[in-house]
Amino acid sequence: MSGPSLSPEPQGAQSLLDQVEQAERALKEAAARDRAHGEDEQSHFDAVIGAEQKVEPRDWMPDPYRKSLIRQIAQHAHSEIIGMQPEGNWITRAPSLRRKAILLAKVQDEAGHGLYLYAAAETLGISRDELVELLLTGRQKYSSIFNYPTLTWADMGAIGWLVDGAAIVNQVPLCRSSYGPYARAMIRICKEESFHQRQGYEILYTLARGTAEQKAMAQDAVDRWWYPSLAMFGPPDARSTHTEQSMAWGIKKFSNDDLRQRFVDMCVGQAEVLGLRLPDDALRFDDARGHYDYTAPDFEELAQVIAGDGPCNRQRISHRRRAHNEGAWVREAALAHARKHA
Amino acid sequence: MSSDLWEVFVRPRRGLSHTHVGSVHAPDAAMALRNARDVYTRRQEGVSIWVVPAASITASSPDEKDSFFDPAADKVYRHPTFYEVPEGAEHL
Repeated sequence: MSGPSLSPEPQGAQSLLDQVEQAERALKEAAARDRAHGEDEQSHFDAVIGAEQKVEPRDWMPDPYRKSLIRQIAQHAHSEIIGMQPEGNWITRAPSLRRKAILLAKVQDEAGHGLYLYAAAETLGISRDELVELLLTGRQKYSSIFNYPTLTWADMGAIGWLVDGAAIVNQVPLCRSSYGPYARAMIRICKEESFHQRQGYEILYTLARGTAEQKAMAQDAVDRWWYPSLAMFGPPDARSTHTEQSMAWGIKKFSNDDLRQRFVDMCVGQAEVLGLRLPDDALRFDDARGHYDYTAPDFEELAQVIAGDGPCNRQRISHRRRAHNEGAWVREAALAHARKHA
Repeated sequence: MSSDLWEVFVRPRRGLSHTHVGSVHAPDAAMALRNARDVYTRRQEGVSIWVVPAASITASSPDEKDSFFDPAADKVYRHPTFYEVPEGAEHL
């Protein structure tokens, strides 16, 4: 675990939505300041980043900045698209019409988030077809978390609370990303993610107050999703290959370990309210650090899952390929219809 | 001289999205861009302009407003405020 942490303190009872609104205000304030200026292209770019203003699609930008953004935004978009599968698995088996409508709406949102992000990536000069191809051929990754199976209904709760919760902790700082289209897409996404996290929390809260079996099911889901959720923040800082440069460019705002710490600090109190236990005997508040000590996730397992050897990797990609191929006739029919009416 | 209608979108400041500000007439895209600059950014209202042929814009019809947007009306559960956050649960 990291030493003195730079991670933002969990701010009082401040909600996610407050943080997103703050980021949106900051974006407008930075925009209202005098435009940063530099003598040549590189110094102009550096000045814009330094002033926390936004780089826009037609601005000059260093090639590695463009490549790094495409990689990060694409990976995020792919994660939203693949992320529909673990929850789609439970739509037909949701325990009530209410839960089913909510789960459908959530999976729809994930498709929508994928589309916002693909659109942001396309402003950097890569095409949608290329992006889809990179996902289907495994040349670009998606989040390791979606390679875990969803075994019970309680997993819908654990995913909403922990997986979406971790995603939010990762994503709220991205509302301040230096690339305009990405930052604006993230503001929109984070506002919608708040519903995802709350509906998951509500599922677990309901189960935890149900029968003994229901409570046990909720606890089992938390036991299985806790460490994979911690692993979502990526390898520890010492082993993270992209973090340092991405932070210098303002693409990323906090390191993996700082965000992971922030997530742990937030979850402890939330678990108490649920009456569920986080599966970590080492979890305790360290007065000196002002943060909770915790057991790190198994990074060897993370590396394995990223390398393609998680419980569901093959299933997820083959399902996406099948869905893409089976949808080919729809795309062709839409084109034929458009030509006919042109 | 044919003079098509172009819709004009201005990005007021770096970091903000382009927003529709109005339209201009011009025979081609380059002229439309110059006209838009002259008409809509005389007081430095923008740092970037898009012009789009008005004929290329497909708009939803005001007559269909109700049926077109109706499907979203009864899905209150898409909003975070639909969910009650239990006493004491913070950062949600």
